[in-house]
Amino acid sequence: MLGLVPILLGYLPLTLFMAVLSMACALVLASLLAMERVARIPVLDGIVVLFISFFRGTPLLVQLFLFYYGLPQVMPFLTNMTGVQAAIIGLTLHFSAYMAESIRAAIIGVDRSQWEAAEAVGMTRTQMMGRIVLPQAARVAAPTLVNYFIDMIKSTSLAFTLGVTEMMGATQKEAAGSFLYFEAFIVVALIYWAIVEALSFAQKRLEFSLNRAFTR
Amino acid sequence: MIRLTGLTKRFGATPVLNGIDLTIEQGERVVVIGPSGTGKSTLLRCINFLDRPEAGTIQVGDLTVDAAHASRAQILGLRRRTAFVFQNYALFANKTARQNITEALVTVQRRPRAEAEARADAILAETGLTEKADSFPAALSGGQQQRVGIGRAMALDADLMLFDEPTSALDPEWVGEVLDLMRRVAERRQTMLIVTHEMQFAREIADRVIFMDGGRIVEQGPPAQIFEAPQDERTRSFLRRVTR
Repeated sequence: MLGLVPILLGYLPLTLFMAVLSMACALVLASLLAMERVARIPVLDGIVVLFISFFRGTPLLVQLFLFYYGLPQVMPFLTNMTGVQAAIIGLTLHFSAYMAESIRAAIIGVDRSQWEAAEAVGMTRTQMMGRIVLPQAARVAAPTLVNYFIDMIKSTSLAFTLGVTEMMGATQKEAAGSFLYFEAFIVVALIYWAIVEALSFAQKRLEFSLNRAFTR
Repeated sequence: MIRLTGLTKRFGATPVLNGIDLTIEQGERVVVIGPSGTGKSTLLRCINFLDRPEAGTIQVGDLTVDAAHASRAQILGLRRRTAFVFQNYALFANKTARQNITEALVTVQRRPRAEAEARADAILAETGLTEKADSFPAALSGGQQQRVGIGRAMALDADLMLFDEPTSALDPEWVGEVLDLMRRVAERRQTMLIVTHEMQFAREIADRVIFMDGGRIVEQGPPAQIFEAPQDERTRSFLRRVTR
């Protein structure tokens, strides 16, 4: 049973690669979506609302199948898309919709008088968001965003349904080859659990440093 | 020179400023007094477009803006020629005292960081906050926060400094130190427009006192005239109430 551990860990880099890259893209996209939701730019606002509604309102698995199996039929240039690419795009879009809402709430939570102070000293909107509002919103949003990252890591296992041999896909193969289903799946469960625990530890450190400015 | 003509502002259907005309000379220190809800704060907030006036013109130094058709660049221009001190300090909570002062010097005025920091340290020394330079606002008392707020405004070297009831949110024990600092700013003949309820302070430092009521300037003149011999009945009754 323990012999499985090094085999499965060999696929950990791919799992982490998908999770980290998707998370980075989702953070950028979610911040843009959130800022639009706060600014409410005409026309664009309707599109953003629709985007968030769709990607929150449909299962991730459906979205992944739609990207990987469905879209290439109507958009032939997508035929060469790999399973890993489709998974990263799907995870990015899906999680950015959720994260946009928590980032938006965090932005609105920043004390209004500080927005005014930033305007009063003559900052542009971009400077105000980048220097004053977003750094403070990040502190509020951080615990929720780490939560989404945890969810993201576990959701990379769905990439196996797109034919990607990541950790879950490898487990499936090992299990099928040896008929040791219980052993295989309990080992992969423990590996995911260990990763998430490590991340929770990092979360505490992150929150401590983000809160530095706000403790006496 | 600062010149406002016909400045008008309404919140919904309620008029708050009814065509304010006001000229402030370079180096003049003007104090605005009056009952609450008469548009004193709104007047200040309309000058730098924290509130958007509907009509009138605003001239600050070389920039004249038609309020009804103000472009984003003009609004930025007004804000960069003025400095604002808030009632509730409004310090950037994610920045230290020193960073609160350097922030706009670096990001808005594009001054070199070393120069901005030297300026901030000079201002912190002047405001008696050298030891608190690296403290975040959460760790400062109300009086210290407002001194940083004034320091942040001083650093901008603005054509006009606007003070919106800077001592109203303070515990009584901190009011004195904030007024002392404002006195020092006034001694430099910085052009100031101050809304305050500190009548004694107004009498001391103002070149001119303006009494506002109902969104209008009712009466104005040197402090001696307004406080000793007010002409309008509304001014008299207001002063009776606040000076007991």
